[in-house]
Formats: sequence, C-alpha cells, structure tokens
Amino acid sequence: MNLHEYQAKELLKKYNVPVQEGIACNTPGEAEEAYRQIKTQYNSKFAVVKAQIHAGGRGKGSIVGKDQRGVAVAKSAEDVLEIAKNLLGGTLVTIQTGPAGKVVNKILVAQDVYYEGPNPVKEFYLSVLMDRAKGQNVIMYSTEGGMNIEDVAHDTPELIFKEWVHPGGPLQGFQARKIAFNLGLSGEAFKNCVKFVTNLYNAFVGLDCDMLEINPLFKTSDDKIIAVDCKMNVDENALMRHPDVAALRDISEEDPTEVEAGKFNLNFVKLDGNVGCMVNGAGLAMATMDMIKLSGGEPANFLDVGGTANATTVEAGFRIIMKDPKVKAILINIFGGIVRCDRVAQGVIDAYQSIGNIEIPIIVRLQGTNADVAKKLIDESGLKVQSAILLSEAAALVNKAVA
Amino acid sequence: MAVLVNKDSKVIVQGFTGTEGTFHATQMIEYGTNVVGGVTPNKGGTTHLEKPVFNTVADAVKQTGANVSIIFVPPAFAADAIMEAADAGIALVVCITEGIPVSDMVKAKDYLKDTNTRLIGPNCPGVITAEECKVGIMPGFIFKKGRIGIVSKSGTLTYEAADQVAKAGLGISTAIGIGGDPIIGTTTKEAVELLMNDDETDAIVMIGEIGGGMEAEAARYVQSTGNKKPVVGFIAGQTAPPGRRMGHAGAIVGGADDTAAAKMKIMAECGIHVVASPADIGKTMAEAIADLK
Repeated sequence: MNLHEYQAKELLKKYNVPVQEGIACNTPGEAEEAYRQIKTQYNSKFAVVKAQIHAGGRGKGSIVGKDQRGVAVAKSAEDVLEIAKNLLGGTLVTIQTGPAGKVVNKILVAQDVYYEGPNPVKEFYLSVLMDRAKGQNVIMYSTEGGMNIEDVAHDTPELIFKEWVHPGGPLQGFQARKIAFNLGLSGEAFKNCVKFVTNLYNAFVGLDCDMLEINPLFKTSDDKIIAVDCKMNVDENALMRHPDVAALRDISEEDPTEVEAGKFNLNFVKLDGNVGCMVNGAGLAMATMDMIKLSGGEPANFLDVGGTANATTVEAGFRIIMKDPKVKAILINIFGGIVRCDRVAQGVIDAYQSIGNIEIPIIVRLQGTNADVAKKLIDESGLKVQSAILLSEAAALVNKAVA
Repeated sequence: MAVLVNKDSKVIVQGFTGTEGTFHATQMIEYGTNVVGGVTPNKGGTTHLEKPVFNTVADAVKQTGANVSIIFVPPAFAADAIMEAADAGIALVVCITEGIPVSDMVKAKDYLKDTNTRLIGPNCPGVITAEECKVGIMPGFIFKKGRIGIVSKSGTLTYEAADQVAKAGLGISTAIGIGGDPIIGTTTKEAVELLMNDDETDAIVMIGEIGGGMEAEAARYVQSTGNKKPVVGFIAGQTAPPGRRMGHAGAIVGGADDTAAAKMKIMAECGIHVVASPADIGKTMAEAIADLK
C-alpha cells in the first residue's frame, strides 16, 4: 500500500527520523495559515508547496491547463494562495502518472531547508528495500541525490552503494558508519547520518515496509541530516498488525473499479484492452491475458476470482468488466479442481439472467471436475454464451470474437 | 521414487482442526496420503478425522514418526508454524498459507538455513507424486501417473499443465507448486534440480511468472547439466503492466530483467522449449519427448 509524502513523514518522525517539516492542507485558506506558521516556527524565508499524489516526478510535472508545477516555491502568502488554488482540485500529470494524471486533493506546505549556514548543503539518495534473491533487506545509497536513481544506476553504477542487513537484526553500528563515510560526511553531519540511517532502518522494519525511499536525503548548512521527500510502500500482508497505518489508505488514489472489486474479494487490475477476462488463480489469470493477446485481442483486465467462483462473484465480475465500454468480449476461464465446473456454469447462467441484456459475446471455458456436465448446462441454457473445454478452443473463440 | 513425497511419507497437518485443514486433510486421506495426525495448540489428546491431535509438532513427531508437515495456519502465525516444524526435525514442510508478511518469511527462511528442513511454499498448491501421495490442495484426479515432472509458481496453471500433459498421452511423476510469494522456501532451480536427478522423471515442465530472477537461474542450471532432460517452459504475465502486482505478491515487474520477455529469452538461450501460449504446454512436451526417442 502506497502512502503520501506527508503521511510517511509523520510515521518517520515517530521513529526519530528527522524530516523537512510541513503542514498538510486541504484548502487554500489552510495553506495560507500553514505558511504563516511555517515561517514563524522554522524561521523560513519561503515555503515549498508540494502536491500530494501517489506518483513521483511531481517537481517536473504540471497541472493540466495551468502553468503550475507540482512542487513550487512560495515567497509570500499571496504566492501560497495562488499555488494552492492552482494545485488543489487540479490534475497533475507527471512521467509516472501517465497522460490521465492524478487529481490533487491535498498539498503539503513545507519549510525551506536551503537556509544559509556555516557549511555547504548536500543532496544524497537512500532507499531500503527487500532483495528477493538474497532474502535480505538492502540499503541502497548514493552521493548523487535528487536525481532519477535509475539513471544514476545506468550511467555511473560505481556511485551506488549497497548494504545488506541480516534478517531479524538491527542495522549494525559499523554498517551505519560505513554508509556515512561513503557519503563523504564528517563531524556533526557524520554523527547525524549514523543516527538517521539507524532510525530509518528501524522504521522500515517496524512499519513492515516493502520500500522506503528518501530522495533527496539532505544535509543542511548546519549539518543536520533530514528526509526532504519520502516514498513509502507498506506490505499489505502486514497491515493486520498496523491498524494505524491501514487507516491511512487513500482510496481516491486507486482505480474506482479496483476498489469496488476489492469489496467482493476479487483481485482486479484495470488494463487498456478490448477483451475482459475472469479466471481462477493468479497465474492462470496472467496466462489467460497472454493468450488473449496471442489470439489477436488485448486484455482489458486482470481478474482472479479465487477459489470460490459462484453466482455472486461471477455477477460482480461481469458488472465490473462491463463498466468499460471498450470491452468487446469476455472470456471466463475456470479450471475446476475443488470448485466443481457445473456449479460455476450455473453461477454464470444465474449471473447472466440476473443482469439481463448482455450485448457482448461471452466465452466460457470450464475444465476440470465435471467439465462435461458444465458444458452441457451452458449449451442448453439458451443464452448467448459460447463454451469450450480446451484452452486452445477458447483461444480460437476469442480470435473469432475480436476479428 | 519420484521426489519429495511418496507412499512412505508420514504426514501431519498443522492447523488440522480448522476449516481449511479439515477439508484438505480429508481430501488427502481419500487420495491415499498417509496422514498420521495433526497439530492444533490446546487440542492435544483429542482425535479429529479419526487421527490423533497434538499440541506441538515435537509431540506429533515423537508419537507418530512424522517426516512431512503441511501448514494451513492463518497468515499471522504461519511463519512461526514453519519454524516450529523445522525445530521438531520435520524434513519437508509444505506451507499452503497465502498472505504471510514478507518480513516474517525473511526471518523464517533465515531460521531454516541452520536446519535440515526443506520448505515448499508458502502461497502454493503443494506437492503431489501422482497416484501415490498428495500433500497439497490440488485436485488429485488430474495428475495421471507418468514420467513428466512439473515445477510451477502457480496453482491453477499447474493443473492446466498436468491436464494438457495427460491429454497428450503422458503423465506426471511429481508436481511441485513452489508458490508465488517473493520469498519462498524452494526456488525454481532447486525444484528443477530435484527432478533433473530423479530416475522416474524423463522431462520437466517449468512454469514461471513475472518478477524476480528465479527462472533465469533455473534456466542456467538446466544448461549447465548439458540439457540432460528436455524442459518445456512458460512464463505468465507477458501482457502484465510494469509496477503492478498481479495477484501473487511476487508477481510484479520491477525492472528490465524480470519481465516475461526477458525471462523467455534467457530460457530459450539455455535450450528450454519456451511456449508463448499456455495452450501449447502439452503439445510441446509431447514433441520434446518424441525427439528423445
């Protein structure tokens, strides 16, 4: 589950990880008030206003129809008001959102961290994630902060360092010191960095994160080490033990059809094609999408109905898939094991009759337990449903439907 | 002997008296699996499905001589159940549970390093040696006895492959569902290696998914054996968009190396018979076997 920057920063503060301070706002009025507060509380000359959406590239992205970037500097209360008005309710398009963009519902008014002081400021990169091959968490960091880390990895791989942490244990002291040394820090900044990475790793483990990225990791002119931006993704399987984090879920950031599917325990991912599909099992669902493509169609969705494909789930699946007007055909592919195919077939018939007028062709492929009984049920139902037993037969029917 | 499980395996069920445990234990017993008992804390001393229930895995091992365990414990407690089985000296642990926190599995897998326990799964359909022993949730009747081994990250795709293999006039030695999570006990390569060294397996179906690097590792291993046995490979998720999790926790494209296309390319380069369509698994296996003769 993705979190917003302002949510992630609040969580980090609980683990004593210093962050660029800010106030999350829902209205231009709140933003103006936040600006005053930030100025007095942190003695900031200006404030940074940041759109809160679940996508990166905000600084370079802009609001549709307006000359407004997703991250902007405000030097006065008037500036803040104007930026807030442009951002809130606007659609922000970045390289990560795709052309449709994302609606901005919240903004973060944050302190200036580039204030003057005795030493130069510096930007670094640091992230924590799980290395699947090693089965260990890895801290990835670089002296090249504020940039796209994929580009750094590609152009100058020698500037990226990795530190693996033994499962179950904390980040060891020598590891934290190694990171601070490799970032070229000394004195107070070194000490602050050791504390920062130690606490950050504790936050990663304590919150059951999948991924935690600090870019830039920032050294201020008075040698503080702080997180200026933060991307946090939490393991959904672990949310059961973090009800406070689970409550931070922002469903306005998710596809509404995916949210609705979730209510029926359907695992649904919206895609862009013209053939919908409903399948039991994640692997077979992906394989069915691939087969649709090879048959000349484009998959319109991923949908795993799980082990219980009954009339209720099938009907919910039908309704969700048919919300997309681009869908020209629907392929139901069920391999009946424990679930009997004849029960699924009856579910399809009931769902079909309950919905009434389905204009597009429905192809049902049922294989496994009682597959022949199921095919007979479908064929004799009098509905406009085509049935198949072999996967290759289903592929041929898809091909005919999209031709 | 096929691999991992056979008619001599003594199986216990962890989470025996729960709904899932009860249902699948019944199915396994009907299939002919030698289920010798089960574990449910605080229900020790009772009987369930006419088998003894124990409080701990250690008690069950001591009383029954069990060497295989299958886990149906809820996600929050499943990693603990895996470690308990390993601590009791169980040689093969099959964990069916889906939705275990990744950090729990990282710890459990690290714990297993110092033991002699092999873990299959989690989030998997289990292991079946056809017409002999089923330690899993798969529909047994699909797995006709024969000499083709299956290694798969996906449940229903395993059934699909087994069914196609049977329709092609062949059968299954052992099918191993390794699971679709990011951290799993037995990797694709390890499972393929078991079948590669099995006298009762002539060829292998290897089914992977987007995400991670396990199929590439397995492909390089197959090549290193001099392609001793034909391997038919399929990767699900050729049409999956990057950055989206496709049902299985581990099925997510993170970079250029874990796309279906990248994996299929490496597999083909390593001499694996790669099929683009899941409908072609059985047919391709029949051809690969025919070449052998």
